[in-house]
Amino acid sequence: MNTIEPARKKWLKKEIPFHLMVLPAVIITVLFRYIPFVGISLAFEDYNPLKGLFQQDWIGFANFKFLFSIPDFTGVLWNTVFIAVFKMIGNIVVPVLFALLLNEVRLMTYKRTLQTLFYLPHFLSWVALAGVLVDILSPSTGIVNTIIKSFGLHPVFFIGNPSVFPWTLIISDVWKEFGWGSIVYLAAITGIDPTYYEAATIDGAGRFRQIFSITIPSMAPIIMLMMVLGIGNIMQAGFDQIFNLYSPQVYSTGDIIDTYVYRIGIVNQQFGLATAVGLFKSVISFILIATGYKVADKVAGYRVF
Amino acid sequence: MNYSSTKRKIFIVFNTIFLAAIAISCLLPLVNLLAISFSSRAAVNANLVTIWPKHFTLGSYEYILSNQQFYSSLFISIQRVAVGWVVNLALTVLIAYPLSKEKHMFHARGFYVWFFLITMCFNGGLIPTYLVVDKLHLVNNFWALILPDAVNMFYVLLMLNFFRGIPKAIEEAALVDGASWIVTLVKIYLPLSLPSLATVSLFIIVNQWNAWFDGMLYMNLPDKYPLMTWLQTMVLNFDIRKISPQQLMENPNLLEVTGRAARSAMIMLCTVPVLISYPFLQRYFVSGIVMGSVKE
Repeated sequence: MNTIEPARKKWLKKEIPFHLMVLPAVIITVLFRYIPFVGISLAFEDYNPLKGLFQQDWIGFANFKFLFSIPDFTGVLWNTVFIAVFKMIGNIVVPVLFALLLNEVRLMTYKRTLQTLFYLPHFLSWVALAGVLVDILSPSTGIVNTIIKSFGLHPVFFIGNPSVFPWTLIISDVWKEFGWGSIVYLAAITGIDPTYYEAATIDGAGRFRQIFSITIPSMAPIIMLMMVLGIGNIMQAGFDQIFNLYSPQVYSTGDIIDTYVYRIGIVNQQFGLATAVGLFKSVISFILIATGYKVADKVAGYRVF
Repeated sequence: MNYSSTKRKIFIVFNTIFLAAIAISCLLPLVNLLAISFSSRAAVNANLVTIWPKHFTLGSYEYILSNQQFYSSLFISIQRVAVGWVVNLALTVLIAYPLSKEKHMFHARGFYVWFFLITMCFNGGLIPTYLVVDKLHLVNNFWALILPDAVNMFYVLLMLNFFRGIPKAIEEAALVDGASWIVTLVKIYLPLSLPSLATVSLFIIVNQWNAWFDGMLYMNLPDKYPLMTWLQTMVLNFDIRKISPQQLMENPNLLEVTGRAARSAMIMLCTVPVLISYPFLQRYFVSGIVMGSVKE
């Protein structure tokens, strides 16, 4: 007993600097995140704007039962997951690919120009971009369909056809975000020790071999991090984009949780229901991130955080 | 070196062309919006503008730039970007460093990780957060633009992973020489983390510049609005019927403005700071800093 006690006191004392470092952030987090958690109780209440925040009626899980009993809910949930999963895959594979391709460009000015151009779409809002997309993808006058027609094929209804619509969403989102997303991977690539490449060249490895054996494995921790965080975002399929692009014809495949709640929530119990949906999404996202972390740990040996 | 093999040459040609094609596709929508922002009302509404302005007019920009409010909001935005960058970056580093240590170095790290992670997934909602800000007397105060979102777990996790990539031997050498944790952080980890500091800085700066909703939520008066908030309200409220005859006399170009053109001008203003700060931060994306310092 006596041999253990002093040791504990010693490392506690040694770790005080760490606790002090974290302290300012902890204070801010408690103030602006933990205290507002009280608001989650709204999910279990029948919100009446006329009453005060603490005088609402408690209705337990009624909001959640209402949500799950809506006939289209399973379809909407499926759409959300489908779109989000493919967006996640696209938003990791494509930026990584472009980071690797950009890394092969030797001329610095060309490389920097390309980079700047690639992340410009990230700054366009979906309101503006939707207008551009509707124009380009128009079945009658759009450029894309003009090219398709010149090959003798039928024009594709990118925005009106329910089977095509999710892919339009996914591909346009990947196009919008890949440039910005690649920044993180490029930063990871610059951190790689050049001596690895030199050693590989001496051993006779060609450039492609070097990419597969050095570059990609060195980026693996960051890729895993983005994957785990991406999985946590599965409930967010992109309200902004879908709201600006969808129409009743594509509700069957394009309606996600957020757009659905936006439409029906206007009828009644808006805040309570919206909070309940938010809570449902948060719980799922938390479970997925925790699972992703454990899986990455057991399978790949990386502790993502 | 294999750099001049035929396979390699073909790859370089294809790579160059492919990247150029994609880059052009990224540029075109922006060129289109730029053209719209310089085009007349009639042309924009008739959807005639493609990549070149039709009936060139500076109306949309004049509408925005001739307003005194623009400059005071701009000043507020510059302040929030500068302060937000320092505060955010400092907090990010201060959390990422201890959390990047192993459990045996910092026993409480697990607790702190989950403590912060929960805030990434769960959200109390708009109203409760507003109430907290209100109780802290931060409503209508500049710091309401900085403090509530000062801790961003995504940046912390990024920084944490980059910190873990630095060879432990360097840190151990410093500790053996008697350096404290804070000294190791400042003198060793930070200088070696320039690419990640530059990346996170870029994200922070851009987010601070583009943030508009918090300005609208926490500020009561338009003269305290940061630039993006003011632009949103200006553009959203733009209605050609509301313009007084006197305004028209001072500024005949107002007739040429449409909501869509004004929005396009707004987007142009959004991208400016990135185009400025990215080249500046570019030089920190340097490789090989760690090279040679650790003998395996």
